[in-house]
Amino acid sequence: MSDTALSSDKIGVGTEIPSLELPPINRTTLALFAGASGDHNPIHIDIDFAKKAGMPDVFAHGMLSMAYLGRMLTNWQSQAKLRRFSNKFAAITQLADVITCSGKVVEMIEQNGETIARCEIQAAKADGTQTLVGEALVAV
Amino acid sequence: MLDRSKIGHEFPSFSVDIEKGRLKFFAKAIGETNPVYTDEEAARAAGFKALPAPPTFMMSVDLDAPEFLPMLSLLEMDLGRVLHGAQDFEYIGQIYAGDTITQTSKILDMFDKKGGALEFIVLESAYTNQDGELVGKAQQTIVYRN
Repeated sequence: MSDTALSSDKIGVGTEIPSLELPPINRTTLALFAGASGDHNPIHIDIDFAKKAGMPDVFAHGMLSMAYLGRMLTNWQSQAKLRRFSNKFAAITQLADVITCSGKVVEMIEQNGETIARCEIQAAKADGTQTLVGEALVAV
Repeated sequence: MLDRSKIGHEFPSFSVDIEKGRLKFFAKAIGETNPVYTDEEAARAAGFKALPAPPTFMMSVDLDAPEFLPMLSLLEMDLGRVLHGAQDFEYIGQIYAGDTITQTSKILDMFDKKGGALEFIVLESAYTNQDGELVGKAQQTIVYRN
């Protein structure tokens, strides 16, 4: 186990996942993520394209914030324990938004012979607007 | 209205080499600080046989298809009107640096809301490694602004 993973025997309903606050979204982050993720959709990196598509400016990839949620989950528990990870993209993340990822265990369930913590997770802007809302299933 | 007769369409399968450098670049791009994703010794100490691909990297396998977002041409869609509505990953195994992952995907469903102002396409994908082991599945919901 990595040093950052907490002991799993203390996990139960109400356990909070240590939150993750990200630096403000900027154009460099979007350019790097476009290259690294393979999502070359110009709407995230080319302001001319974004404006033609009716958007005020480029905006963040939804998958960037989902990757941030993934960081939060795997900083909490080893990825080897992650069984399912899903979310809806509820609002667009704009440049300069400060995203915070958070989550908590809402139910303990038995599935395929394992005890699983069902966690509600979200990414939100500083004003509280939820951008991603979803859930993760983590074996304990 | 997008062509609903394409529900059930299977896209050509393809394979992608999972490169160590690409995983490190991905880790850098998302500001990852956990050494498990950038340092092979840390990865092995944590019980991984090589650098693990992070949880959302399955989507990057999709994006490395020979044709970028092949649904665009199939359904005659305009890229500028595409939004990501939802994403669901199921983990059965683990994708590692050095793996060759074969992806298969199909259109699971299509529907609309708001009187057709928004159309939804649900894609289902599966990921198998070089040993024939199914390592993950995904469902992606795409929103199309009409």
